[in-house]
Amino acid sequence: MTRLGDFGRIAVIWLVTSTVGMVLVATVLAPHLPPGGASTEASGQRFDNEVLTLVSVPIVAMIVVYFGYVLIAFREREPSVLADGPPIRGHMRTQTIWIVVTTLTVLFLAAFGTYELLGGSGGGQGPNPAFVPAAQTTAAGVKREPLQVQVIGQQWQFTFRYPSFGGFETAQLVLPVDRQIELHVTSLDVIHSFWAYKLGVKADANPGVDNIAYVTPKHLGSFDLRCAELCGLFHGYMFDTGRVVSGADFAKWVAGQRAFMQPVLKYLPPFEHSYLPEPTIRGG
Amino acid sequence: MSATQTEAQPAGRPPLWRRLVGFNLLTAVLLGIGGYYLGWFAGHHIHAASLGFFADTDQNDVSLFLGYVLGVVGFLVGLGFANYPLSRLLGKPASLREKETEGVGRYFGLCTDHKVVGMQYFVGIGIFFFFAGLNAMLIRFELLRPEPNVWPAGNYLTLVGLHGTMMRGMMTSGILGPFANYLVPLMIGARRMAFPRIESLTFWLLMAAGVILTTTIFFGGFPTGWTGYQPLNDQAQAGMDSYIVFFALVGLSMMLLGLNMLATVITLRAPGLTWTRLPMFVWGVISTAVLMLLAAPVLIGVLSMAALDRTAQTSYFVASAGGSSYLFQNLFWVFGHPEVYILALPGFGIVLELLPVFARKPLWGYRLAVAGFLGVSLLSWTVWQHHIFVSGINSDLRPFYMLSTELISIPTGFTFLCAMGTLWRGRIRFTVPMLFCLGWVFNFLFGGLSGIFLSDVPSDVTSHGSFFSMAHFHYTIMGGLIFTFFAAIYYWLPKMTGLMLNELLGKVHFWMMFVAFNSTFAPLFALGFMGMPRRVVTYPSNLQALNVWVSASAFVLGLSMLVFLVNLVYSMLFARVPAPANPWGSKSLEFQLPSPVPVHNFDRIPVITGDPYGYGEDTTVIGAPALVPAGE
Amino acid sequence: MVISESALPPPPVYERADMGARALKLSGIAAAVALVGVAIGLYITEFLMSGPPATSPPVRVSAQTKSVRLTIQTVAAVGPSLSAHPDWVSYLVRHQGKWVRSTIWTVPAHALVHVTVYQFDGKSGLRNPFMSRVRGTIGSTMTVDGKTLGVINPDDASHTFAIPQLHLIVPLKGVADEAKNQCGYAPCSLSNAHLTIRFTFRTPGKGRYRWQCFVPCAAGWIYGFGGPMQTLGYMDGFLNVV
Repeated sequence: MTRLGDFGRIAVIWLVTSTVGMVLVATVLAPHLPPGGASTEASGQRFDNEVLTLVSVPIVAMIVVYFGYVLIAFREREPSVLADGPPIRGHMRTQTIWIVVTTLTVLFLAAFGTYELLGGSGGGQGPNPAFVPAAQTTAAGVKREPLQVQVIGQQWQFTFRYPSFGGFETAQLVLPVDRQIELHVTSLDVIHSFWAYKLGVKADANPGVDNIAYVTPKHLGSFDLRCAELCGLFHGYMFDTGRVVSGADFAKWVAGQRAFMQPVLKYLPPFEHSYLPEPTIRGG
Repeated sequence: MSATQTEAQPAGRPPLWRRLVGFNLLTAVLLGIGGYYLGWFAGHHIHAASLGFFADTDQNDVSLFLGYVLGVVGFLVGLGFANYPLSRLLGKPASLREKETEGVGRYFGLCTDHKVVGMQYFVGIGIFFFFAGLNAMLIRFELLRPEPNVWPAGNYLTLVGLHGTMMRGMMTSGILGPFANYLVPLMIGARRMAFPRIESLTFWLLMAAGVILTTTIFFGGFPTGWTGYQPLNDQAQAGMDSYIVFFALVGLSMMLLGLNMLATVITLRAPGLTWTRLPMFVWGVISTAVLMLLAAPVLIGVLSMAALDRTAQTSYFVASAGGSSYLFQNLFWVFGHPEVYILALPGFGIVLELLPVFARKPLWGYRLAVAGFLGVSLLSWTVWQHHIFVSGINSDLRPFYMLSTELISIPTGFTFLCAMGTLWRGRIRFTVPMLFCLGWVFNFLFGGLSGIFLSDVPSDVTSHGSFFSMAHFHYTIMGGLIFTFFAAIYYWLPKMTGLMLNELLGKVHFWMMFVAFNSTFAPLFALGFMGMPRRVVTYPSNLQALNVWVSASAFVLGLSMLVFLVNLVYSMLFARVPAPANPWGSKSLEFQLPSPVPVHNFDRIPVITGDPYGYGEDTTVIGAPALVPAGE
Repeated sequence: MVISESALPPPPVYERADMGARALKLSGIAAAVALVGVAIGLYITEFLMSGPPATSPPVRVSAQTKSVRLTIQTVAAVGPSLSAHPDWVSYLVRHQGKWVRSTIWTVPAHALVHVTVYQFDGKSGLRNPFMSRVRGTIGSTMTVDGKTLGVINPDDASHTFAIPQLHLIVPLKGVADEAKNQCGYAPCSLSNAHLTIRFTFRTPGKGRYRWQCFVPCAAGWIYGFGGPMQTLGYMDGFLNVV
């Protein structure tokens, strides 16, 4: 080992720890990374989280191993005498290599993130989304328009409108499985943020703004949805449970809700992408 | 803190009551209260149709704003800030009398000695730091249980807001206030700052701001957290006004502080102190000062708009009346992101300043380190929309903001590389300041890497607004700024006070704080990944175990701060071990002066012949021959 | 470079390090600690813990089920006797024969809650008309002055009683604008113009459920949602299910 020198030893320890670390991350940690695989978008986000965690491992290992080694190897052994170390003021080649490597890493990460973003990745993109996922097609190869669902935030509850079914409104979010959903998130008062953690959707609800996010649920079951932007007194209570159901169950649920909400349908405003309620201005 | 704390006077000085009369804190507080009531009264008697307050609401924001503003004016007049401009306006000769004041009294008024201002900042900011920290403890107390049971929901939000706003506002000047004010003139071989009165003004503005923010509890608190997003801000109760006035005053203080630092470093450097010989701490201060000078006006602007919305019924931020909630978000983060680096950069400077001293080696890669600071400073202007990735604005610009945000890790990496190179083959001494610097390395590593997750748009959809981002910025700010803040205290306080801090207590403080810090904030990454959003008073019960762990660690973290306080009181009041002029064997200019530093710093302005990192080199160090005669 | 001890300047001399000074310092510190302790105590008790009081309506246990009778009223102005903000809109609850301003109510789990609301406030209209459909009550209906209704005109709404976590929404119809003898300051008496609204719902398992009003009825604030809408004890509260 003595032939290796300090730098060689650090390199070996680093190689070993980062290899072990990366294997552990890839096998043990990765399946548990959020937000899971309940939707296409969630899987995409989890893949990003996996890649970023993997990239972090050698970086963490490098810094920790280097500092750990250096602090032990080069500690002052005779603290009573104030002696100086060798006056090394820099090393051009090391600096160049460092700059090149970090720049390449960063450019790779940015390119990777941009590529992953192309499908929309579940984030709110405003009224004119730049990153639209590929449209679904039916078995016959016909393009299938995404199902529009409007999410309306208000202090302190989310309600949902289904414009393709007569524009009825409900307080429960129910989505059909394997169907591309186009969420239109808006607010009636302050900023909220619609967060369906398991589905990998987060989109701010701004008053007067139509914030579009795409999601394609993949598994049946329930999911939590909640507000992720501080919106006042009951922000912490602005949560609910939504459900992903089969296509048949969805049709049944829609029929039931339409019947139940029938008496109020005539009072609802016509469906729009955003609503601008009158602000009662102070001093009004 | 009041003027009545002055100690018994030595013989030959006027009696106590006589010294309490004059331009000092006591007068200032009285005039401040008077000014507040004047504004309050005026506000209740404005009947202009657009300004009249809506009787049903019991909430007169006009009178509150007028009260706060006139209160601050009265406070500053009471401190004597009007004397100089008034006497100049009246054609009387300029006076520098503020500088001549001696005794404890000078700490309670306008003083143009940069060392006094540094100590004022140290104590003043310290008080608010502990108050904001207390709020953090109370937040964690609530989160011990998933259901709200201690503080009512609205008061919990106020707690969150008070903690965040006060930390962000006051600790922005946490290093520049006490340490840059005290040390920059010493490090560059000057006798004073470029604008000594403005220097004092920045401190007293900050104190007025801190008190105003605290008064929010008398007006119902505020619900918005430190970001103050609109239109919740417009809608909120009267306590919101103190947030707006607080942040605007902090912005003003920051702006003037930055201006003063820049002017000082540019114009008052000693002969021979070229840009490549500046200490890294000063580089950290400069790169921060540029950001302060340019970012704070944006904050003041956007808060003025918020104030107009709340008083004059404009509607900058009300969508239904033609405004936009994005306007506030954008302007706030145009300030807010540089603000994050305003908090981080002085820490970088301190780490690179201290590592050479305790590795007994020259700084490795000086130019690279400077390039890193300036690169961070420059790039921090280009990234603000990563705070609003899911807000629905400009989705086509997301790749750009992702790239620019990730690019910042390159110059930040320079700091790490220079730290690594400096330690290489050094003779490393584990003093308390060194431990805190090494703590910075560890914490900032995780803070920086978690930032990559938040800059990656798909990942950010998961992490945005969750405890993950909260953990991220605590790792960078508490792990970065506060650790270096304590490094600076342990390193420079002996110079500032002439007394050593107890080393054993210092080490206990460090290890307790380091372990408790990581034990508090590392689980928050996991909590965020598990779906816990920020600023909630209630959370799913399956997250309770981790939250209890975090709370328990946070209490230990709070205790570690008390260890520091005990150390401070014990060392300053009881042990009183005199500090040698150069306790660390540093080659930096400030340690070539006696402890405590004489009033006029340098009898003769030194000629600088090298940078302060010539460890192991035979070259003559700086500050050796005092050749140039003293002159202002 | 080696710095030897002799190169250092002599340590400065400090005066007054005798025992008397020590006692003085200690008492000063004790006083400071006491002062700070009192300040923190006041901060916590006077500000942080300040909130509306909790009340518990009496529980009746019959053979089949537990039930609770909850009697509340909504008033346009809470009045100087009940609040420091006399002009704020508020809910009041009947507690031991008196009207009190308490919005935290303790009720048993899995019990029927029979709610009677005396509605004294006028119409102001719902922001989201969706809320005008009664849901979450037994039979998804309510009675207004004895008449069973499942939906009201959203413009007639004065308040709502809603517990979003239970998907319970009851729109409360407002008193007609032209009604005579309208209530000024609370507490209002039944001789004032009012509507009587009754409904019943079943409490879930143990927990803390918030309830609130969804009508933007805090006139004067942006979107009608400041002041009493964002202060516990007026238009918001909790249902403690135990």
